[in-house]
Amino acid sequence: MTIELGHFALILAFAIASVSTLGGYLFWRRGERVALFLQQGAVLQFVLVAAAFAALIQAFVVSDFSLALAANNSHSLKPLVFKISGVWGNHEGSMVLWVLILVAFGAMVAAFGKNLPQSLLSLVLATQSLLTAAFSGFTLFTSNPFERVSPAPLEGADLNPVLQDIGLAIHPPLLYTGYVGFSVCFSFAVAALVSGRIDAAWARWVRPWTTLAWLFLTLGIAMGSYWAYYELGWGGWWFWDPVENASFMPWLAGTALLHSAIVMEKRNALKIWTIFLAIITFSLSLLGTFMVRSGILTSVHTFASDPTRGLVILSILAVLIGGAFALFALRAPALRAGGLFAPVSREGALILNNLFLATALGAVLVGTLYPLLLDALAGMTISVGAPFFNLTFSILMAPLLVVLPFGPLLAWKRADIVAVAQRLIAAGALAIFLAALISALGGVSVSMAPIGLLLGFWVAFGALAELIERSRLGRLPLIESARRLAGLPRSAWATALGHFGLGVTVLGIVATTAWESELVTTLNPGEAARLAGYTIAFERFEEVPGPNYSAERGTFRVTGESDATRILSPERRIYAASGMPTTEAAIETYGFSQLYLQLGEPVDGTHVVRAWFKPYVTLIWIGALLMALAGAVSLTDRRLRIGAPARRAAATEPVR
Amino acid sequence: MRLLHAFALLLVLCLPAFAVNPDEVLADPALEARARELSAELRCLVCQNQSIDDSDADLARDLRVIVRERLVAGDSDAEVKDHIVSRYGEFVLLRPVIAPHTLFLWAAGPIILAAGLIGLWLAARRQPPEPRSLTREEEAAIEALQSGYDQVEGSKSSGRNETP
Repeated sequence: MTIELGHFALILAFAIASVSTLGGYLFWRRGERVALFLQQGAVLQFVLVAAAFAALIQAFVVSDFSLALAANNSHSLKPLVFKISGVWGNHEGSMVLWVLILVAFGAMVAAFGKNLPQSLLSLVLATQSLLTAAFSGFTLFTSNPFERVSPAPLEGADLNPVLQDIGLAIHPPLLYTGYVGFSVCFSFAVAALVSGRIDAAWARWVRPWTTLAWLFLTLGIAMGSYWAYYELGWGGWWFWDPVENASFMPWLAGTALLHSAIVMEKRNALKIWTIFLAIITFSLSLLGTFMVRSGILTSVHTFASDPTRGLVILSILAVLIGGAFALFALRAPALRAGGLFAPVSREGALILNNLFLATALGAVLVGTLYPLLLDALAGMTISVGAPFFNLTFSILMAPLLVVLPFGPLLAWKRADIVAVAQRLIAAGALAIFLAALISALGGVSVSMAPIGLLLGFWVAFGALAELIERSRLGRLPLIESARRLAGLPRSAWATALGHFGLGVTVLGIVATTAWESELVTTLNPGEAARLAGYTIAFERFEEVPGPNYSAERGTFRVTGESDATRILSPERRIYAASGMPTTEAAIETYGFSQLYLQLGEPVDGTHVVRAWFKPYVTLIWIGALLMALAGAVSLTDRRLRIGAPARRAAATEPVR
Repeated sequence: MRLLHAFALLLVLCLPAFAVNPDEVLADPALEARARELSAELRCLVCQNQSIDDSDADLARDLRVIVRERLVAGDSDAEVKDHIVSRYGEFVLLRPVIAPHTLFLWAAGPIILAAGLIGLWLAARRQPPEPRSLTREEEAAIEALQSGYDQVEGSKSSGRNETP
C-alpha cells in the first residue's frame, strides 16, 4: 500500500510539474498570482517527491521484497544504513533521489525568492518545473522504481558488495546535490534570456546558488575520490575515468561560473559569457549524470542496459540543452557589454581564470569523447587514459596557478601590477625556499616535483598574503591587525580560504605522487617487513564472520620510529548472497600521511601483503574540504545574511 | 561517480586490487621500475579503464609478464610497446600515439586556448577606448536616450505591477 501511495505521489508531482511548466511559460507576465501558484506548486512537488522517496526507503528498511527494486538490491541481513543507502545504489532509485534534490532546490528558490521580480521568479520556477516534469516523467515511464514482483521472493539478491559502504550513503547525495544545484543557475539563465532582463542584479541572485551547488559538488567529488582510494584497494585517488571526468567537467565549468558571476555582479561585464557558462555547467551536469547511463560512454556502465531508455534520456537532454542554446543564440546578441576595464585589473584576472578553466574543461571534454568519436567516424579504437590527462591537464593548470595569487590583490578597473607583485614577494620567496628545501631533503624521484611544490606553496602563501595585506599585519600593532582581520568581509575570507585550499590540494597531489613508497611481498603470520621507516609485523590471520559476509582478517602491528605501535587489520570479504570477494584495506593516518595496507590472496599458504606509505596524501582531501568551507563562508557573507539591501539594490540597478 | 565505477566492476568482474604479485617482480630494480612505468601506460583490455598495473585480471597478468620478458630480453621501452600494440592493437595504449588520427586530440588544448585568446583580443578591440570628457553633442545624445529609456522602463514597470 505504501508503495502504491509513493507511486501515486510521484505521478502527482509529475502532473503538477507539467501544469506549472505550461502555466509558468504562458502566463509569467501576469504577476503575483502566477508567481504564487508556481511557488506553491514548487513546494508541493517537493512534498510529493519526498513522500515517494520515503515510501521507497520504508520498503527497503522493512525488506519488502514484493517491491522489485528491493528484491534486486537489498537483503534482510544488511545493516540498516546500507539498506537505506541501497535505495539509490541502482538506476531507478537514484533517479528518484535526483528528482527529489531537483524539487528541493525548486522549493528553496520558491521560499527564498521573495525578493525576486515576480516575472523572473515565475520563469525560474517554470523552468525548474520543466526539468522536474522531464525527469520525473522519465523515471515513471522508463525506470519505474515502484514495480512489484509476484510472488515476492523470500530473500533479496543483495546490493553489490563494493557499494555496501558508508561511501554510498554519503557520496551520491552530495554529488547529486552539486549537479542538480546548477539547475537553479540554468533556470535563472533561461529566465533571463526569455525575459530579456540581464543585469548585475541577476548575477547577485545567481551567485549564492552557484556557490551552494559548487560547494556540494566539491564535497561530492572529494568524497568519491576518497571512497575510491580506500575501497578499490590500491590507494589510487583519481583515475581520469570517463565517469570521473563527467563529474569533474561540471566542477571546472562551475568554478569558472563562480568567478565570472563576480565580474557580472560587481562590474556588470561578462554578461553573455556568464549566461553561457550557467547553461553549459548544468548541461555538463546532465551529461555527467546521464551520458554514462545512456550506454554511449563505454559499454560497461550497467545502469543503462536498456537501449530504449538511453534513447529517451538522450532525447530529453537534446531538447533541454539544445533548446537552451537555441534561446541563447537568439537572445544573446541583444545583450550589451557592460563596464570598461583595462587588461591588468581584477576583471582581467578573472577573465584569465575563466580562459584557463574553460581550456582545461575543453581538453578534458575532448579527451573523454575523442575515442567515441574516432570509433564512430573512422572505426579506429584508441584509449585516452590517465597518462594523457595528467600531462595535458597539468600543463594547462600550471599557468593558472602561477597567476592565481595576483587576482584577489588587483584593483577593479585598472590595477598596478608592480605594486601587487611587491606585496607577493614574501610569499614567493617563502614558496621557493620551502620547495627547494623539501626537494633537497626528500630526494627528487619525479622531475616535476619541485615545480609542483613551488606552485602549491605559491598559491597557498599567496592566498594568505591577501589576508596579511588587508590586515596590515606587522605594520600595525598586533591587536589592531587582529581587529582588522576579524572585520574583513566574509567574502574576503572565502576567497583566501578557497585559494589556500587549492594550494593545499596541489601540495598533497605532488607530495604523494613524488614520494610514495610501496612494498609488495609475501608474509606469513610471525614475519615482518619494513617500509618507509615503519616495521610491519604480521601477527595473526583469522576468519571472522560479518553480518552478511565472511571475512579473512590479518592483524598487523605497525611500529614507526617515533610512534607508538598501532594495530592494522585489513580484510578480504566474501559476500554470502553474491559470492563476490572484496578487499578492505587498512589505512592508518600519521599526521597528514597515511600507511595503506592490503591483504592479498593467499598463494600456497603464504599471504601476499601490499603496503604503501603515502606522504601528505590527506592534504588532497583536506584542501578540497577547505574549498568547500570557503563556499560555506561565502554564503554567510553580509550581503546574503541581510536580505533587504539586495532588494533595494535590485530596484535601483541601472539597466544598460 | 564512484558508484558507477563500482557497477562497472560488477559487470566485468575485474576486481581492482593493486595487482603486481611478488612472483612477477624482476630481480633487477632498474628493469622492474621500467616495467612498472610501462605497465601504467598499458590498458587492461577486459577491464574498465584500468592499466595492467592496477588490474588483477588474468589478461593483465599475462601482459605484465610479457612486458617483463621483453625487458629482460633487452628490448627498449618503445620496442616493448610496439610488441604489445602489434598483438593487441592501439587500443592498449593509455597514452595515445601522436599521429594524424590523434592530432586533434593532442592539439585540442592549445587550439582552445588560442581561440580563447583571439576571442579576448577581438573583444578588447571592440571595447571602446577610454572615455574622454564628453562633447556637447554626446551630452545631448545621452539626454535623448535617457528620456526614451525612462519611458520604456516606465511602461515596463507598470506592466509588471498590473494586478489581474
